[in-house]
Amino acid sequence: MSERFDCIVVGAGPAGIACAYELAKGGAKVVLIERGEYPGSKNVMGGVLYRQMMEDVIPGFYQEAPLERPIVEQRFMMMDKESAVTFGYKGMEWGKEPYNNFTVLRAKFDQWFASKAVEQGALLINETVVTECIVEEGRVVGVRTDRPDGEVYADVVVLADGVNSLLAKSLGFHKEYRPDEVALATMEILKLDKKVIEDRFNLEPNQGCTIELFGDATKGILGTGFLYTNKDSLSIGVGTLLSGLIKHKIRPYELLEYVKDHPMIRPYLQGSEQQEYLAHLIPEGGYKSMGKVVGDGVIVVGDAAQLVNAIHREGSNLAMTSGRIAAETILLAMQAGDFSEALLDRYRVKLMNSFVGQDMKKYKDSTHHFDKFPQYFDQYIPMMNRAASQMFTVDGKSKWEKQKKIWKDIGSPREKIKIARDAYRAWRVMK
Amino acid sequence: MSEEKKKGQSIEEKQYLVRFNADTKSHLHVKNPEICMTDCPDKICTIFCPAEIYKWEDIRMHIGYEGCHECGSCRIGCPHENIDWVYPKGGHGIIFRLG
Repeated sequence: MSERFDCIVVGAGPAGIACAYELAKGGAKVVLIERGEYPGSKNVMGGVLYRQMMEDVIPGFYQEAPLERPIVEQRFMMMDKESAVTFGYKGMEWGKEPYNNFTVLRAKFDQWFASKAVEQGALLINETVVTECIVEEGRVVGVRTDRPDGEVYADVVVLADGVNSLLAKSLGFHKEYRPDEVALATMEILKLDKKVIEDRFNLEPNQGCTIELFGDATKGILGTGFLYTNKDSLSIGVGTLLSGLIKHKIRPYELLEYVKDHPMIRPYLQGSEQQEYLAHLIPEGGYKSMGKVVGDGVIVVGDAAQLVNAIHREGSNLAMTSGRIAAETILLAMQAGDFSEALLDRYRVKLMNSFVGQDMKKYKDSTHHFDKFPQYFDQYIPMMNRAASQMFTVDGKSKWEKQKKIWKDIGSPREKIKIARDAYRAWRVMK
Repeated sequence: MSEEKKKGQSIEEKQYLVRFNADTKSHLHVKNPEICMTDCPDKICTIFCPAEIYKWEDIRMHIGYEGCHECGSCRIGCPHENIDWVYPKGGHGIIFRLG
């Protein structure tokens, strides 16, 4: 395998495949190294794939890619123990071209996406772990793999090795993450008849719904749950900061069972059959946790670069965009014959000027803020539920009386000032 | 109904749904067993590991690496940074079929 390439991409997820695809399309000799049996076999996500960033790589992909359902409705449930305040948006414009997003099953989708990169001329090598970057005089010149004589050399190495980027860490690009910089998500795929899904979620064939769950779904710990519709299965999951699980000594799969058994969720799942159980980390430290993303002969993309917008549950789209911009930069570097950090830094500049960098900056304080002040999840969401219950229960009391009671239940004048201050702070970290 | 509710709740049942191609040797190691024994009363890895592969057996930590989801939580969450964590050999370890 001691062959020479223009570029080595480590990891066949959305970032790595997008990068390899664009590089091969641009005429570069590229090898894509994947540690799993096939692309997708190690990859997990809740399941929402965004159309725009995928189309930036493959226009019209939805005509042939293995997708589950285009999402026409996004609901948000603010949950208490036996109630929920729900809001959402449903729009028929999302049900037709050009679509907004789709649910996907990653093992199927990633395999398909990687096959498209291979069609463009990329060489895909599965079942191979890259154990280290080969560094000569401060420059990354290749990688060492766990295959016999498994050294591969190239002008540039792209690290798309995911949230556990041991490679970026070993180059000193980032420190080991803290437990409050990553979320541990567990999920299950539950098989359920198509028709039952459509009846239960108020959908027509080839329409999908996503429900994000806040509050009691995570027992008030910072995190969210989700329930997504696939073609003939549901994806249900829950993710919280690892630090939250540690602090509250909660077993992640028991939290998943708690959500599945919640009275607001249980009826959706009734009669379904477990197909798969999955766990994965999500890098949620945001902008402040981002490490170095370029060096001499090396670029970091996707989860490996911490590119996740936790507030909007976006990740794969940031990954694809970073992979695409990395490829554009490398093609430029090939023309110039210059693979120095100074030239490759154009990737970082372009990335930070795109929606990826802008959104990372916008929410740079949000995870930290909601982690530091747990009252949003464990007090204000239950309060919202009690207020709704009070207002909408018809029991002979006048609406004025009810409003008075709700106002009184919020607490003392000091409590009210504290809530107003928290509302202002939340606005500040989200604006 | 209550029977149906109970089904599939245990970690053993969940792990049974997953395909693994286990290597013959572990990709996870406790760096210093002494630390687990004397400095770590909580043994929190036995709680937060989503596959519950860490089991304290009186005097030592047993690691059922065969059932590892390769999520990385133990490496980051161990309060003593006492876990040596690498990926399993190429093609080995967990194999997701769907998600």
